[in-house]
Amino acid sequence: MAQTRRDFIGMALGGITAVGGVYALGAMKKSWDPLPSVQSAGFVTVDVSSMNEAEVRTIQWRGKPVFILRKSADMPKNPARDITIGEKNFVVVIGLCTHLGCIPSWAPATKQFKCACHGGEFDASGINTFGPPPRPLDIPPFKVSGESLVLGEEGEEYKKMMKKA
Amino acid sequence: MAEIRKSEGFIDWLDQRLAVKAFMRVMMTEYWIPKNINFLWAMGVVLVVLFGVLLVTGLLLLMYYKPDINLAFDSVNYTIMQEVEYGWLWRHMHGVAASATFLIIYIHLFTGIYYGSYKKGREMIWITGMVLFIAFSAEAFSGYMLPWGQMSYWAAQVITNLFSGIPVIGDAVVIWIRGDYVVADATLTRFFMLHVVLLPLVIVLVIAVHFYSLRFPHVNNEYSEELDFEKEAEKYLDGRKKESKVVPFWPVFLSKDFFVVGFFMTFFFFLCCYHFDFAMDPINFEPANSMKTPAHIYPEWYFLWNYEVLRGFFFDIAGIAAMDIGLIAFVIANMVFFVLPFLDRNPMNTAPAHKRPLFKYWFWILVADMIVLTVYGKLPPTGVNAWVGFFAAILFLGLFIALPFITKKEAKGDVQ
Repeated sequence: MAQTRRDFIGMALGGITAVGGVYALGAMKKSWDPLPSVQSAGFVTVDVSSMNEAEVRTIQWRGKPVFILRKSADMPKNPARDITIGEKNFVVVIGLCTHLGCIPSWAPATKQFKCACHGGEFDASGINTFGPPPRPLDIPPFKVSGESLVLGEEGEEYKKMMKKA
Repeated sequence: MAEIRKSEGFIDWLDQRLAVKAFMRVMMTEYWIPKNINFLWAMGVVLVVLFGVLLVTGLLLLMYYKPDINLAFDSVNYTIMQEVEYGWLWRHMHGVAASATFLIIYIHLFTGIYYGSYKKGREMIWITGMVLFIAFSAEAFSGYMLPWGQMSYWAAQVITNLFSGIPVIGDAVVIWIRGDYVVADATLTRFFMLHVVLLPLVIVLVIAVHFYSLRFPHVNNEYSEELDFEKEAEKYLDGRKKESKVVPFWPVFLSKDFFVVGFFMTFFFFLCCYHFDFAMDPINFEPANSMKTPAHIYPEWYFLWNYEVLRGFFFDIAGIAAMDIGLIAFVIANMVFFVLPFLDRNPMNTAPAHKRPLFKYWFWILVADMIVLTVYGKLPPTGVNAWVGFFAAILFLGLFIALPFITKKEAKGDVQ
């Protein structure tokens, strides 16, 4: 009889400790989460009206580089990835190699984004053509507003593009 | 309760309260080490000395280092290097000792493989040693981030990004580890915590277990001779020291170790004073810039071999993405040494490699392959280099697949 009472006390203690331990681990996990101030780091608006053909601009969005390329006539069009504003075609991609996150650089001579880390190459539409990158450069959420792009907001064009992909 | 009487002196006073004499006997003067060993058996004590150097220099650096992305770079490169008296010395010693620790770890590890010291009762020594290797790797990586230069930043970016290879939750895990979408202030402060508190604590604990796991199977020897330690110890205590095949850990074994330590520390301070630059990458003297990847990034020399396994697979095979194959190979390469005692299907033969007909080739091919991987890990992965890396990585994995078959064949031919 005394033994079963001790068993009960032991199990009660063990159970409460286990529940407390799980909640404590949950709290610790949450302490490692990105802070609200980091998560809400904003929306960036870029005016692309003044960009020339074959010009590449690098801007910063949520701590990441974003490449904006205005395609020239000799670069092949890619309706699945191009953003068309009027008669101008733009490619907007996150400038982090999809292999391990290095920043590729634009090579105007060959019209490629080349990653120095492990030799990955992407064409003018941001599609991987050589090396270890597993997929094309990612397209950030965007909204077309006149001749500007708002990064971080999912606009009609972005949703259409994601549906196609 | 011990019987407490008037003490005959300070040691006796302590002995009555802490049993220091019995403790010294068990840990030092009657802890028996075989006689037939060579300088390679001193690497463990060299590592302890290096860990001591890292701890002391680390404490001094900690007094001036500031874990904040706006302050870290200057606190290292201006405050510590230029203002603090002898700050440059502590920094160079800390960096060189980190590198030297890996050099000695590799010698220690290959000594264990060569002399078959990972099997026949010594599996736990091997496994705790591998846990230490992983813990030291994490310690080195987190420490490398702290000066917040370009290499610090991009090494952190690349290594944390490895976790994106985890199926489904990968991208979320990466953000969770960093505490931000990219490597940022939150990342620096949490890796600072890991580097100065959590990982050193883990390392100290595992070192204790590593030493403890050595007590029962005893230290191996050069010819893998089976020793009756009790009988040999009796001979030694009887005064028949020449006849006995063992010596006490203290003072005999350690005094030989101290000679090796002295020799090694001469080399260590030569590096610290004249060639510290090998542990101080010039690219890391440019402050971290999240908008610009250095043209060529590579890890410190001691991670090059597994880095080359990671990037050796640069094209898709059978519909599996190159990156995923590389990641899987990388994980296997880091884990496969853990199971070495179980891949060896000749577990009772602990002869040194030169006395094993097949294993000796396996051993030297492994060493040569890891050197090739290390050399090519530093070269740009283009053209023929990429292929050398690919085949060296394949060979590395192949060696471990072949090991059970080689050792099984060897076991059949054994006349035991």
